[in-house]
Amino acid sequence: MGGIYALIAVGLGLQYGVGRVLNVSHGEFIMLGAFATWTLYTVFGISPLISLVICGPVLFVLGFIIHRTLFQYLRGKSESIGAFADNSLLASFGLLFIIQNVALLIWKADIRGYSYLESSVSIFGALFAAHRLVALLFAVGISLVFYYFLTRTRLGKAIRAAAEDPETAQVMGVNIHRVLAICFGLGALMAAFAGVLISMMYEMQPTMGLEYTIIAIIVVVLGGLGSITGSLIGGFILGLIGSIVTYFDPGLSLIAYYVMFILLLLVRPTGIFGK
Amino acid sequence: MRILEGEGVRKYFGGLAALHNVNFNINQGEAVGLIGPNGAGKTTLFNLISGSLPATAGEIRYKGKKITGLKPYQICKKGVARTFQSAQLFAGLTVFENALAASLFGKKRAISVPDAEKEAKELLEFVGLSTVGAVLARDLPVANQKRLEVARALATKPELLLFDEVMAGLNPTEMAQAMELITKIRNKGITLFMIEHVMKAIMKVCDRIIVLHHGSKIAEGTPEEIATNRTVVEVYLGE
Amino acid sequence: MDIVRVVYKRPFTLGLLFLVLILLATIPLYVPPYPVISLTSVIMYIVITVGWAIFSGPTRYISLASAAFFGVGIYVSAILGQILPLPVLITFGGLVSFILALFIGLLTLRLKGMYFIIFTFGISELIRHFLLWWETNFMGTVGRWVVAVDHTTVYYIMLIISVIALLTTYLIRRSKFGLALRSIGENEEAATHIGINVTILKTITFAISAFFMGAAGAIMATRWTYIDPKIAFNPLFSFMPVLMAIFGGVGQLYGPVLGAALLAYLEELLITELPYYYMLLFGTILIIVILFLPSGLAGLIEKWRKRGSEGQYANTRR
Repeated sequence: MGGIYALIAVGLGLQYGVGRVLNVSHGEFIMLGAFATWTLYTVFGISPLISLVICGPVLFVLGFIIHRTLFQYLRGKSESIGAFADNSLLASFGLLFIIQNVALLIWKADIRGYSYLESSVSIFGALFAAHRLVALLFAVGISLVFYYFLTRTRLGKAIRAAAEDPETAQVMGVNIHRVLAICFGLGALMAAFAGVLISMMYEMQPTMGLEYTIIAIIVVVLGGLGSITGSLIGGFILGLIGSIVTYFDPGLSLIAYYVMFILLLLVRPTGIFGK
Repeated sequence: MRILEGEGVRKYFGGLAALHNVNFNINQGEAVGLIGPNGAGKTTLFNLISGSLPATAGEIRYKGKKITGLKPYQICKKGVARTFQSAQLFAGLTVFENALAASLFGKKRAISVPDAEKEAKELLEFVGLSTVGAVLARDLPVANQKRLEVARALATKPELLLFDEVMAGLNPTEMAQAMELITKIRNKGITLFMIEHVMKAIMKVCDRIIVLHHGSKIAEGTPEEIATNRTVVEVYLGE
Repeated sequence: MDIVRVVYKRPFTLGLLFLVLILLATIPLYVPPYPVISLTSVIMYIVITVGWAIFSGPTRYISLASAAFFGVGIYVSAILGQILPLPVLITFGGLVSFILALFIGLLTLRLKGMYFIIFTFGISELIRHFLLWWETNFMGTVGRWVVAVDHTTVYYIMLIISVIALLTTYLIRRSKFGLALRSIGENEEAATHIGINVTILKTITFAISAFFMGAAGAIMATRWTYIDPKIAFNPLFSFMPVLMAIFGGVGQLYGPVLGAALLAYLEELLITELPYYYMLLFGTILIIVILFLPSGLAGLIEKWRKRGSEGQYANTRR
């Protein structure tokens, strides 16, 4: 589970750290990924693993477009970064309402699920469900690929530069608008991946998005706002905590997260790796 | 009387020492300048005095009483006011409201609204802004914004006024007007502590100058002494 | 100050308001129950939104804790409904929220901007999950029944709460309290440097805002009769006031009222027929307002007014 949290958090972290947009509709993208996978699987029989490749790019494009149109317009209009942050937050609320309700209209409010790779696999004597392993594998895999992307490729470096100092980056020839939009799109991409993976393991409802958004926010704060690696590690930490707590009492897991979150905000708001 | 003194003042940001064991004192009625290259720690020192930031170590005393550790609003009520490097106004409020707010809240003893309104008007006249009372603070040109900041600071009835680069961004005419204003303020008996980069202004106005570099005091004296001080000249030319 | 002069210039508005109030007060006498109940819901939203705007309007701290305070009021009503008489119950609901807000405020009001928003939202959710967990583990069942009260009484009480809330908003705006709050909203650092005790002010205003939400919750619970954590702390109650206030415009006193009235009415219309469409609409409205109407409807209205009276005031003001 930590892997998935990490994915989600990295996605959100990208959007916030670079674009300064706290996208509360992030969870909705996850939900879209999950439902799209469901539809593809139950209606068309396409394996979820393949869905990764389909949904990802689609949501990436969606995210890209949304940023290009909505948020960049907002950015231009806002008087200050602070105002932009507030406005974009509210705008993403609007998005949340829209996306969630469109989904409700399409798929109705019922809980859905499907089973895939349900068989158990035994590793070192412990039993795991196959799909969880696959999910973990993919989550870790994607995270690693992404990490490589950020540190090695030109685009990745451009993104990091933009995160550090947008103006200087612009002067250095980085097309800041495109980079920001790409970041947002990447965030959506991550959400999509997470959604697909989640759909393999859990049931889903169109209202599931919010919970994941909150978790993403907690992880991002835990890892440090603005630090992508922080989000990665934070995700795993949170997942670990969640698993431990769930072992004792399932209903407490969310509460544990919140309590940790509150403590975090009070004691060390910058998170583990924050600036 | 020593109106302000600092003893062993240190400020660390993480591992970085912004202020390194600074000792200073200012007598009532003086005008003391604070100069030094960028990054020397001047604004940080002001932040410590006004309470914006907590000191890592050391003590600052106002009129003999310790003020390190107090909140900014408490320090303000005691009689210390400051302006900021980039004018921190209440942008969406009118010029009048800016002054009024300071007048209402900045004093030890609260005054009535009508009295505060009168006072705010008088202050706006004093700094030369009486014609633009209804204008939004954000719509003012830079020089007037600075005047408003001064008016606001004065509204809190300070005995010590900290000016942070009040001349920055002003053209020569505006600078001359600012200098006049400073003289008027001094004539009211208010002690001034000024950060400035505009040497001409500092030399003319101040009785004494303190020089900071890399968080430490490297020199202190009258304007003539400082102008001929080799260390100071090197520090500035070397940058 | 500007606000004072404006009021003296508009006794007409005062008279109009009085008329509206009398109209609203007498409605239950000649109108069938269903519209009255709808109207109660609308007024409830007005109370929550106006309550929200008391704090979040001038200080620009967007609080998403409304659901927490509203829900607390509901629960107080549920738990103590048998014991306390109605007026005391309502006040108590408000008070508990007030105290909770003081507590939360002291803890978190040093968090700026984004953190504050996230934190307040987290509080609402935390309380919800906590109660859910508590009820499942210690009470066997989830949810409670509340003593029912007839719709007319509920309506009147809600109306009274709304009037008090509006009066409070008005008084705060006019007073130096209000100026201090706006100063904090404009530039908190500067505000603290001119002698404003920012922490105390923010906390108290936050608590006042919570009081109204709690009171509204306490009375509304008697209307719904069955509540559980999911209903009482529905995040929607945190989002809606924000949306309504922004739509109506926080710059003016009537802004949140207008926004809440319009959107709540819209909700009443659409909720039975097309529930998902109305949320969609809200989302779209929110985005449109953010993009094109940052000062909300009130901003628009004020612009028209200024254009209309530009000629008259040309000599006097500028």
